[in-house]
Amino acid sequence: MATVLETVGLEKRFGGLVATSDFNFKLEGGERHALIGPNGAGKTTLINQLTGVLPPTAGKVLLMGEDITHLRPDQRVRRGLARTFQINQLFLQLTPLETIALAVTERMGHGNSWWRPVGSRAGITDEVAEIAGRFHLGDVLGEKTISLPYGRQRLLEIAVAFAARPRVLLLDEPAAGVPESERHDILAAVAELPREVTVLLIEHDMDLVFSFAERITVMVNGAQLTAGTVDEVSHDPRVRAVYLGEADHG
Amino acid sequence: MTKSELNPAVANGLKARQRWHPAEVVFWLIAFSSYFLLPGKHLILNEIAILALFAISLDLILGYAGIVSLGHAAFLGFGAYAAALFAKHINPDPLIGLAFGTITTTLLGFITSFLVLRGNDLTRLMITLGVALLLNELANQLGWLTGGADGLQGVEMAPLLGMFRFDMFGRTAYAYSLITLFVMFLIARRISYSSFGLSLNAIRDNSLRASAIGIPVNRRLIAIYTIAASFAGVAGSLMAQTSQYASLDVLSFEKSADVMLVLVIGGAGYLYGGMIGAVVFKILQDWLSALTPQYWHFWIGLILVIIVLIGRERMSQGVAGIVASFKRKTPAAPGPAAKAEG
Repeated sequence: MATVLETVGLEKRFGGLVATSDFNFKLEGGERHALIGPNGAGKTTLINQLTGVLPPTAGKVLLMGEDITHLRPDQRVRRGLARTFQINQLFLQLTPLETIALAVTERMGHGNSWWRPVGSRAGITDEVAEIAGRFHLGDVLGEKTISLPYGRQRLLEIAVAFAARPRVLLLDEPAAGVPESERHDILAAVAELPREVTVLLIEHDMDLVFSFAERITVMVNGAQLTAGTVDEVSHDPRVRAVYLGEADHG
Repeated sequence: MTKSELNPAVANGLKARQRWHPAEVVFWLIAFSSYFLLPGKHLILNEIAILALFAISLDLILGYAGIVSLGHAAFLGFGAYAAALFAKHINPDPLIGLAFGTITTTLLGFITSFLVLRGNDLTRLMITLGVALLLNELANQLGWLTGGADGLQGVEMAPLLGMFRFDMFGRTAYAYSLITLFVMFLIARRISYSSFGLSLNAIRDNSLRASAIGIPVNRRLIAIYTIAASFAGVAGSLMAQTSQYASLDVLSFEKSADVMLVLVIGGAGYLYGGMIGAVVFKILQDWLSALTPQYWHFWIGLILVIIVLIGRERMSQGVAGIVASFKRKTPAAPGPAAKAEG
């Protein structure tokens, strides 16, 4: 399959601190890829460079072969690169219905329309209903997001990113902070994402990584330690050392 | 639930957002009937209508997009001087003057919008305040043009539509302002329920996420700031035309603070707050200044402190509670809703 997202010699320095060093990484179309690494490995800095929140010091980010290194976050989203956040970033005063409808409208390029009411265009209703059903939000569509239980907010977090109909979806610890009782819904929703969407999962929870990912990239100190299939990585002695080492520190 | 089961709920939910609430209809019926029911009060009603439009303008940036401003009078004042100067030197027709005042203020809004893009609330407060102070001083210094501290005198308006002369009782003035307010309100309402309007709410709630769903945040903020300036330009033009006068206090800090107060009283983010606030504010001002001509600001200040401490939410809940208990006693009487939808 073709490469959808690629970094070439990506580097990020904060003064003397090297947060990302010569990072070369490829995401193949349709795959389920996990990015793991101990705390402070530079995963979040990497995601911020991929999505355009932080500019890299050197190197390039390519989406479908196009150089997107200097594009703004919203421009990258419109080219098919969407993300979720480790800590919910939602529109708390809006309802899930409004949130999803807005995301769909923006993707269709009608966000600037200041005269026509939201949802008055063909196709939007269908798509909002499809997304609401997929992420089990049908019964809370009209409630304000701020009043939803955390697990539902977490589902909405993924639904909003999905509504941008991305080619590549970056999931930043999708189940973080969710109580055990609500966890299943989120894992199921992630597992059921359609294959057209390539998923990069950033995760601490190894059970989730091993049950979901096909390939794994391990990041340590801003650099790529190794990358390979789940089997290869889980038997790599260096990975074990990193993780056992981390376990020793608690 | 499957997609087909959800489809009607989604379609209805989206349609219901922009549906006219009965309380809205009642509000406008009262507003228009005031013209006939309060014939001796047209002058103050005219002031209320203009203040309401000015408050709607601030609500568009504050309530919808989350941009705080302590210098919104910059646009009110600029519109007022533009309309007054236009009438005095170029053409006394009110509607042409209104268009001129609005367009020039819109341009000013567009230019200054770039200043409010960066920074946090405090930066924005200072920048907007600074712009208004600059304009105020400029108007003061350009005495040959603006009349300086004496105000711009000798403005004479032609009859509205060539038929209705501006009389000293404010009959024409109030009809003119009220109809303009209604038209501008309809535009604001339409904007607020559009996808553009919803994206402003999204930016207000979380601009990081807004850009993460593909919203060009800065461009939207420039757009709404410019639109809000044009609303304030309309209000300023009306003010100058109906009083046939423009003076420095239209650009003053007090004007900016007053309109903020109006939104605090009425509530931001639903358009009606500015209008209800304007009614309450003007009536209070009128009543308190008749009671204690020099100290009415004391009472306004006290009321402001009480509103902020108790919280308007709790007060409107209290009112809703009273209305509900009243309804239970007399089930036939429909109680007025404390707050329209949104």
